Amino acid sequence: MPVYPPKLQDYLDDFGFISTRDERIDFLIAISDDFEPVPASVATKPYEEAHRVIGCESEAFVWAIDRPDGTLDFHFDVLNPQGLSAMAMCAILDQSCSGAPLEQVAAINGEVVFTFFGKDISMGKGRGLTEIINAVVYAANQRLALP
Amino acid sequence: MSDINSRGYSNPDKLVSTDWVAANLNEAGIRIIESNEDPLLYPSGHIPGAVEVDWVKDLNDPLRRDYLDKSGFEALASRIGITSETTVVFYGDKSNWWATYALWVFELFGHSNAKIMDGGRLKWAEEGRELTREKPSISPTSYSAPERDDSQIRAFRDGVLAHIQVNGQLVDVRSPGEYTGEKLHMEGYPQEGAVRGGHIPGADNVPWSRAANEDGTFKTAAELRAIYLDEIGLNPGQPTVAYCRIGERSSHTWFVLTNLLGFSDVRNYDGSWTEWGNSVGVPIEK
Repeated sequence: MPVYPPKLQDYLDDFGFISTRDERIDFLIAISDDFEPVPASVATKPYEEAHRVIGCESEAFVWAIDRPDGTLDFHFDVLNPQGLSAMAMCAILDQSCSGAPLEQVAAINGEVVFTFFGKDISMGKGRGLTEIINAVVYAANQRLALP
Repeated sequence: MSDINSRGYSNPDKLVSTDWVAANLNEAGIRIIESNEDPLLYPSGHIPGAVEVDWVKDLNDPLRRDYLDKSGFEALASRIGITSETTVVFYGDKSNWWATYALWVFELFGHSNAKIMDGGRLKWAEEGRELTREKPSISPTSYSAPERDDSQIRAFRDGVLAHIQVNGQLVDVRSPGEYTGEKLHMEGYPQEGAVRGGHIPGADNVPWSRAANEDGTFKTAAELRAIYLDEIGLNPGQPTVAYCRIGERSSHTWFVLTNLLGFSDVRNYDGSWTEWGNSVGVPIEK
């Protein structure tokens, strides 16, 4: 059983209690309302393509910035104004992975997407959301690989 | 984008503008319906008075791979407060990809008084028009639907096999990568995957989104003819089959060919690549 960042595990536990589709949707919308795009001090449009999440139709971008304690601050933007699911996914990752131990971030399995969004999301959406997670995991692994 | 009636469509009545919807929001006999890929969108804000039809829970049989049946459609129609006389106007995300899918399913039940709001949800929102989180109060109606008619606008695998035997017209509306078989994206998505990549022999590749402008509106008839007639040589008078992965993207192309270009016989093969790419012994090209 992998150890995830505590805040992410809290989210997973909370979503595990959801019993209806409407509850899930209301919860995700509330989370998406908390989404904050990358600050101008980190990046401004047009963004470098290196930060684009390949496979995300909502046009998500991810940045990982070093913190003094050796962990990472994650920042996100979602260019599609209708990409609410992507915004919710980014808000969850921002709140739970920024400042978290890198080993815990690197351990995140992309399949947590289905805990958050349910198993009946479309293939395209499932892939896009998973790729956002993969981008965060990749950044954590890259940082861990540095001496 | 130009006025719908000036774009040269064969059946411009199947499209309405955002202005038209705004002017008819409270009109009796009209029901505005939102259909999206993203289930968060409608609850986060929708056109006032609009109801939601969800492609997973409302249009599909919960057990078998098929669409809802007569009783299921009647229950859906009752829940969203329509009768057989109601004009239904669909709109949604992704350039109305899911809206055209819902419209296609409604037409399987003979509810042909169905239209698409050109530009969909994005255009409405970008024009600064009102979106509300308030769900409308709908009085259930009584709707007597015919049995679902799969014989006119829906294609099945055996029909497609016969179609390719006579070199019938096929449009693969997936991305070029899927068409060539380079992409399968099996990992994590076994419910919609395939064990073989490629395309149905003889199919031409025109990704569905080429029929839409950046703002989600449909291209003009002249622009669409340049793609479907001039570029890949489709004949509007010949039977045509459109397919994608599960039949949703191809419903957009079905709508374009049928209603905007006036093709006389277009079928949506909803089994699409998730059936074809998993079927034993069927021919595949790469």
